[in-house]
Formats: sequence, structure tokens, C-alpha cells
Amino acid sequence: MDLAQIENPLVSMEADRPGSTPPVDLSGNVFHSPRERIIAIILGACALVSIVTTLIIAGVLIYESIGFFSAVSIKDFLTETQWTPQFYEKHFGIWPLVVGTLLVTIIAAVVAIPLGLASAIYIGEYARARVRAWLKPGLELLAGVPTVVYGYFALTFVTPLLQHVIPGLNVYNALSAGIVVGIMIIPMVASLSEDALHAVPRSMAEGAYALGATKIEVTLRILVPGALSGIVASFILAISRAIGETMIVTLAAGATPILTFNPLHSIQTMTAYIVSISMGDIAQGTIEYRTIFAVALLLFLMTLAMNLLATAIIRRFQERY
Amino acid sequence: MPEATIPFKSTDFNERVHTRHRIGMFMSALFFGATIFSLIVLLTLLVDVAIKGVSWLDWTFLSNYPSRLPERAGIKSAIVGSLWMIVLTAVISVPIGVASAVFLEEYAPRNWFFRLVQLNIANLAGVPSVIYGILGLAFFVRFMALERSLMAGALTMALLILPVIIISTQEALRAVPQGIRESAFALGATRSQVIWSHLLPIAAPGIMTGVILSLSRAIGETAPLIMIGALSFVAFVPHSVMDGFTVLPIQIFNWTARPQADFRHLAAAAIIVLMVILLCMNLSAILLRNYFERYRPW
Repeated sequence: MDLAQIENPLVSMEADRPGSTPPVDLSGNVFHSPRERIIAIILGACALVSIVTTLIIAGVLIYESIGFFSAVSIKDFLTETQWTPQFYEKHFGIWPLVVGTLLVTIIAAVVAIPLGLASAIYIGEYARARVRAWLKPGLELLAGVPTVVYGYFALTFVTPLLQHVIPGLNVYNALSAGIVVGIMIIPMVASLSEDALHAVPRSMAEGAYALGATKIEVTLRILVPGALSGIVASFILAISRAIGETMIVTLAAGATPILTFNPLHSIQTMTAYIVSISMGDIAQGTIEYRTIFAVALLLFLMTLAMNLLATAIIRRFQERY
Repeated sequence: MPEATIPFKSTDFNERVHTRHRIGMFMSALFFGATIFSLIVLLTLLVDVAIKGVSWLDWTFLSNYPSRLPERAGIKSAIVGSLWMIVLTAVISVPIGVASAVFLEEYAPRNWFFRLVQLNIANLAGVPSVIYGILGLAFFVRFMALERSLMAGALTMALLILPVIIISTQEALRAVPQGIRESAFALGATRSQVIWSHLLPIAAPGIMTGVILSLSRAIGETAPLIMIGALSFVAFVPHSVMDGFTVLPIQIFNWTARPQADFRHLAAAAIIVLMVILLCMNLSAILLRNYFERYRPW
């Protein structure tokens, strides 16, 4: 029998009293009512969107890459040293793009890791509250600059500047792009490393002070080792970001996929190749169209591996105090 | 009383304390220099753009369509396109993102599936934007046949910023004191009533800050829209979500990639406009945060 149909004695008593508010039906299980269930299902469906996104990304990349690798053998892809999909004589060796990407990434890491860590230490340990109140928003602002603006900056400011120092430097070169990518990821290294430093208990620093250590000794021998897992994770995440950076390298690093470790040379990264192909009008289903999916699959796997590695390092090596 | 024997003399100590302090001062100066370096670069970038672009910034620039002649070129279609893009992206991504976060924080049991979804969201936040562009190209433009429309661009952008919205909303919900939930439940509110009338209003400033920051990322994002084929020369204003479009970052990219100095100055002028829009968005996020931190409703 439906609970709602039973006459509630309290309700009828209330209704008898003159001038009282009309009775409210409090019977029935509202907590598990259809309305509540529908809301839960809708919210759950929204949460599935992120899972579906991952599946579509993986599906699209794998599907089109299978088409690519049925035409080009994986061995050629991984062993040839020339990347010329648009030439008459086609070669599909991925190494020029990978080496170009690594070159830019290494330069960026050389710029961002020392500067980012030093900024984290200064903001977290040295700066007074009032100075910090200016420095942190400043770094956040740096992190908010769109990458196409950094690309403009690399091409029209940094490259001419470098050409004064290094005569004969190519207009498009890996060095300028790498430096600017590095500047772009400094805020990421700084803010993640600062969080890690902040998580080290104060009592450890105070113990070291009590033994007569100076501030720099406490910082470099207690705090940084104590926060090492978080700091290393911040480096890996920043490097993964540098690998996936697109606009700076498209504008400033050039469009010549050549296998070289010379940072003064014009190169092409994986991301820049993907963009350059999609800007031209290449018909769907051709081998040129499919190359971007194969390159993107490799790029996706590289960044995914680094992101998972960073998560694993934090989980595995985190000091529990 | 016998004289206390001191087991070591002062010469036994290697008095390095001054050296150690000097090293410390040198290092702190180094740290300060490293921090200031980034800010000097930021300042250089802003000043450089301002000097090159400000003389090109006038009403004709804002109200004209792009042109082959630099002195007639403008960013009307790019500004209108960017506004369309940002509104559409917000309309798609904010409800889905907030709903996902509410489900994960308030409904989902803490089991292996929950951890998988969390890990998946964290990884999606780290996927390069150009890969979202490929997703948009293959799935929205080709598979769903949306062509190179505003809709395809906005859907791609919405997926791109979804992880950020989910993560910041989750943090905002986690910051709501547990007592609020318990007292509302104790008064007989259902789960959806607790969420709708207590948690969301209290978490609103945190959610809005996250939303504004993620939208300001979307407005500066270029690579995914190039991938899905936003046009670079648009002499019309889009009238519906199925129209072709361009946005400010693509206009900047297009002008920067040209070798002529005049077009690069146009790019600088467009960068000024983009940076002013971004600054307004970030400023409103900061003001919102400060306002609600001062006047907490609970």
C-alpha cells in the first residue's frame, strides 16, 4: 500500500486548528524519490564526459594511426632519419621531429629548472609577506600570457636580440624558441615547487636552526631534500608542458624537419608539424593527413607517460611526516 | 674547587661562520635575481608590445575587417569571433564541469572507479592543446560534420577547459565546512537541496574564480582552433553558431607569421587588445576572490 495514502493523524490535527498554516505532506520517501535519482543520474552522466573525452582522443589517434601504419612500416617510422611526407620522394622517419622537440625541450628545461626552483625558494622562504604579495601575482600573470604572444615575443624580440650576440643566427632557430618556452614554464615550476617546499614541516627547519645552521644551509640541506619528490614532479610536469607547446615553436623555431642537435639551426617540432599540415588544405584520407595522427599519438604517449611518472613519483617517494 | 678542564681550545674550531653567512647572502641575492628575472622579462614583453603596437591602435583598427593593406586592416571579426567563442564555450563547459565536480565530490563512492576518474581528469589537464585540436578536427569537424564552425570550435575548447573547471570546482566544494552539509541534512533537506541551496552558493566564489581563469585560458588558446580550421581572413561577422569564424589569437598568429614589419605592428596592436581583455578577466577573478574572502556568508 502506498504510504502517502495513509491518513496522518498529526496532519489532520494540525488542519483542525483554526488559522494554522495549511498541512504539509511529509510522508513518502523524498530522499530516494525519482526526482533525486534522476538528478544523480544526470550528474553522473556529466562526470562521464571526461572519460568519454579520453576514449575519443585515444580512439581517433589509434584509428587513424592504424591507417598510417598499414601504409608505412613501424620500422621505417622509427629507424629512418628523414621526414619528408610532402615531397615527391616520401620518407617517414620520425627522428627529425622528435629530436627537434627534444632540443627545444632541453633548452627550455635548462632555462626553467634553475630559475623556477630559485624563484620557489625565494618566494617561499626568503621574501617578506609584502614582497611576496607582489611577486606571486606577477608570476601568475606570466603564466596567463597566451602562447601566441610568447611566440610573437620570441620571433620579434628574442631572436633579433640573440642575433646581436650570435652573428649569422638563423631567423628561425631552436635556441630562441627554447628560451621562450622555458620562460613560459618558469611559473609552473615555481608554484608547484613552492607548494612542495611548503609541505615540509617547520619543526625540521627549526631543528636545523637550533643546531646552528644558517638559512641557506637549512634551505638547501633540509627543505629541498625534504621536498625533493614534489620538486622533481614539478620539473617533469613542466617538461611535459614544454613538449606539448605549439605556438612558440610554430612561430619561432621554423618549419624544416632536419636531424640536428645544433640549437642555432631552424628545426621543426612534432607540434609545429601537426599545425603546419592542418593549415594547408590536405584532403582527408591521404597519407599526409594521416601523418598528423601518428605524430600526435607519439606526442600523446610521451606527455601521458611523463604525467603518470610525475603522479607516481609523488605517490611513491612522498615523505610522510 | 678544581679548575674545569676545557677539552678543546678555540683554535680547534674552524671558524667558518662568517664565510657561511656570506655564502648565504650571496645565494639569497642569486635567488632574488632569478625571481626578478622572470618579472623583468614580463615587463620587457609588455613594454615591447606597447611601443610597437600603440600607434596602430585606433578606432579604425577596432572597427575594420582584416585587409591586405596594413593601414586598413582591423580586428572587428576577430573580436566578435572571440566573444562568440568564449560565451559558447562557457555555456557548454560550465554546467558539465560543475555537475561533474558535484557528482565526484558529493555522490560518487570512494572506490577504484572514483580514483580512475580522478586520475583521468588530472591527465586530461596535461594533454597538449594541439591534441584537443586533433580531436576537434577528427570528431567534431569531420565525424559530426559540424564543418569549420563556431560550434566545432566551442565544443573543442569546452573539452579543453573542462578538467580545469572540474578540478577547481572540486576544490571549492571541498572547502565548504562539513557542518553545513550535516546541519542541512539534519533539517531534512534532500541531497539535491543541500547541493543547490547550500553547497553551490557557498562554493560559488571559488567556482567562479576557477571558471574565469579557465575561460581566460580559452580566449588565448590558438593551436586547437588552427587545427579545426578557424579561418585566418574573415571579412564578416558570424551570425549563427554554424558560421565560420576567426578569433584574436589566430589573427595575431597570422599577422606575426608575415615578414612585413607593418603586419607585425598590427599583431602587436591586437596583442594589446587581447592582453587588456585578459587583464580585465583576471582582475575580476581576483576582486571576486577578495570580496568573498572578506564577506564570507558563513
